[in-house]
Amino acid sequence: MAAATGDSMENIINAVASWFESFGHELWLNFIKDNRWKYLLNGLGTTLQITVLAVFVGIFLGCFVAIVRTTHDQTGKLKFLNGVCKLYLTVIRGTPVMVQILLIYFGIFASVNVPKLLVAVIAFGLNSGAYVAEIFRSGIMAVDKGQLEAGRSLGFSYAKTMWHIIMPQALKNILPALGNEFIVLLKETSISGYIAMDDLTKGANTIRSLTYSPFLPLVAAALIYLVVVLILQAGVNALERRMRKSD
Amino acid sequence: MIEVRDLRKSFNHGKLEVLKGITKKIETGEKVAVIGPSGSGKSTFLRCLNLLEEPTGGEVFFKGQKVNDAKTDIDKLRCHMGMVFQHFNLFPHMSVMKNITLAPLKLKIASSDEIHERALSLLRRVGLEDKADAYPKQLSGGQKQRIAIVRALAMNPEVMLFDEPTSALDPEMVGEVLQVIRDLAEDGMTMLIVTHEMGFARDVASRVFFMDEGVVLEDTDPERMFSSPSSDRAKAFLSKVL
Repeated sequence: MAAATGDSMENIINAVASWFESFGHELWLNFIKDNRWKYLLNGLGTTLQITVLAVFVGIFLGCFVAIVRTTHDQTGKLKFLNGVCKLYLTVIRGTPVMVQILLIYFGIFASVNVPKLLVAVIAFGLNSGAYVAEIFRSGIMAVDKGQLEAGRSLGFSYAKTMWHIIMPQALKNILPALGNEFIVLLKETSISGYIAMDDLTKGANTIRSLTYSPFLPLVAAALIYLVVVLILQAGVNALERRMRKSD
Repeated sequence: MIEVRDLRKSFNHGKLEVLKGITKKIETGEKVAVIGPSGSGKSTFLRCLNLLEEPTGGEVFFKGQKVNDAKTDIDKLRCHMGMVFQHFNLFPHMSVMKNITLAPLKLKIASSDEIHERALSLLRRVGLEDKADAYPKQLSGGQKQRIAIVRALAMNPEVMLFDEPTSALDPEMVGEVLQVIRDLAEDGMTMLIVTHEMGFARDVASRVFFMDEGVVLEDTDPERMFSSPSSDRAKAFLSKVL
């Protein structure tokens, strides 16, 4: 009985030891050998480049569209532009981002030679802009109507009132939703591989195709995404705390 | 200073007529109290004067210039017409001082030093000098409304429009706000005030408009208005509120 227990203990220890050994080998194979970790690092660089640039495009576009839409709703002006914006929102939000990026890459930019990074930034920026526009619009509409009247009654133009009074309050309202949108955007860039960009996901997949390891490279990519998201979230939280100063 | 001719305003494409032709002239230095039952068009009348509501008919003039004209620079005219709202409408994301100085600074009506000095002296005048760095959320209703008055005054207006300035206040705070308006009236400021404070209207106003169903039914001095109103409608209203 005692001998049997000793045997099974030994078996377990052996099993654990051999697992560690093969895990160590897997790590070495997937990340160390031939400097394969560089696929992930370079991929992360590409992913961050696309995300950051697309965020700027998205904010700019979204802000513009939201202002056009609310100006139209509040004053009845800008009828044509409002129509264009509505069409943009319908098309972008009504079709998958995957189809959009393929269309832009293989369709629109097929005959001209443009950097793939630019294509990705345009595609993801256009896509994100539509969602950011509606986030901004909800934020603007949530600001009390009296704020606009107070601004106007002091002699501010509509644009000045928007800029100095409405937008700062709207921004504060939408910060959590905006942070969320950028997290989604970061992860959506994982389809960049479909236009032959070497982003983080593609990097992991490349390693997988070299080593035939089903888990490690992809788990590593997932962890890196997670860490970036956590950092992003911390940034948004800090910004939110700063803006809550007046509460 | 302000003149309206056959002023009309309707909502919902003419289905709801709120102002049915008002013709009045308000001279410099006059203090006009606008009273009447709710829904009679008092606030709409006031808001048409600085075009927060666009009149659907008639004309509004401010110092001889037509207000409801597409060619008029309304932002410029509004600099000379201060407005105080029922719900204060302070900017919640700015300190009291920034609330007051924002418009004068951005519209560059004076040097930065002069604007800050003026803001401080106005704050002193309403007894809220120590609140310059506070945020609106930290203030009581009465304090907020006094700040809102100071904010309008910081633009150095020639006329002040008060849209039910005490209706959203707790009873014990009404007095402090009325006192500020009273002081302003004694300094000679031209003002229109939509109010339900009949005692205040009687004391401070030089002229009272009684409005009902979109018209100014009576336009008289406060003495006559409150002792011997001529219309039955005004008699019935006053018997209920006095």
